[in-house]
Amino acid sequence: MTALRTYLNDSAVDGLISWSQQKAAAEEFKLTVAEVEAVILQIGLLPVRYQRNQQMISTIQQQQLFQSKVAVVGCGGLGGYILEELARLGVGRIVAIDPDAFEEHNLNRQLLSTVKLLGTAKVDAAVERLAEINPAVTVRPEKAAFDKLNGRELLDSVDLVLDAVDNIPTRLDLAEVCSQMDIPLVHGAIAGWFGQVVTVYPGDDSLQKLYGNWTGGKGIEAQLGNPSFTPAVAASLQVAEACKLLLAEGRLLHRAMLSINLLNMQIEEVSL
Amino acid sequence: MKVTVKLFASFQTGRFTKEVRQYSDPTTIGHVIQELNIPADEIGILLLNAVHADLQKSLQDGDVLAIFPLVGGG
Repeated sequence: MTALRTYLNDSAVDGLISWSQQKAAAEEFKLTVAEVEAVILQIGLLPVRYQRNQQMISTIQQQQLFQSKVAVVGCGGLGGYILEELARLGVGRIVAIDPDAFEEHNLNRQLLSTVKLLGTAKVDAAVERLAEINPAVTVRPEKAAFDKLNGRELLDSVDLVLDAVDNIPTRLDLAEVCSQMDIPLVHGAIAGWFGQVVTVYPGDDSLQKLYGNWTGGKGIEAQLGNPSFTPAVAASLQVAEACKLLLAEGRLLHRAMLSINLLNMQIEEVSL
Repeated sequence: MKVTVKLFASFQTGRFTKEVRQYSDPTTIGHVIQELNIPADEIGILLLNAVHADLQKSLQDGDVLAIFPLVGGG
């Protein structure tokens, strides 16, 4: 490791390591690019790809993000944008959970869907896309529908969960399992022009309140569908919350819901 | 009595965003929702003076009622 550190320190220009240097170091020392990235950050250097994250995110914080493990439950409308943003942010380990394959009606909004990938499992598309964006990120695909039985295994050793599910009962199960496992949860949901984001700490009953009147079936998304832009907005807000949670920074939507209305451009925060 | 009703998301369509409305005493949240023709199965969270409330809750003069739909898409 000392040799690698020396190699990296010698390669660095103004404290920055380029992608080609990172790749060359991995080849030279027979390591993965993720293992090299861990050392780069550990010795206070920064991969060039994160240069524009600074000064908002310090190198130490970049290391915190790289050491974090985050689960994204649902890899469709919200999940696609969330995965993309987490990988670009530099979150080091991501568990992508979804049981489905891409269908044609996903193409209007789901970032990971392409004509070529119709029929491909969403989690496999996630692995491929994230490897193209940031090969230092380790993605574990789980082609499964989250439920209370498999939940503990799927979320094992995860620091944080993002709720990008497409149905209410699974969201309630997810909130319950996260609370039992003591994992914070960033909830996002959309319908047509509308969306909502809530950050749930273990022990909170925010989702139980939010869906307390639910008796079955879908929400208003059943009538309204979902366009291209609403998932991008809600997902980005969720990733901002996730970033703050992982770095213990800023003010979170704790016991509060951000209600987003893109039709009348109203954004309102209400206490839960 | 006067109650301020705030509607969110799709509930605003064809109705209003915020209105001070006149009701006779006693009136429950359920009555208000019925009067506004909001389908019961679309109701999400109900906040009365910023506190979680249910359909049976009675309203008082000066109350602020916020009605949100169930949003569950991903």
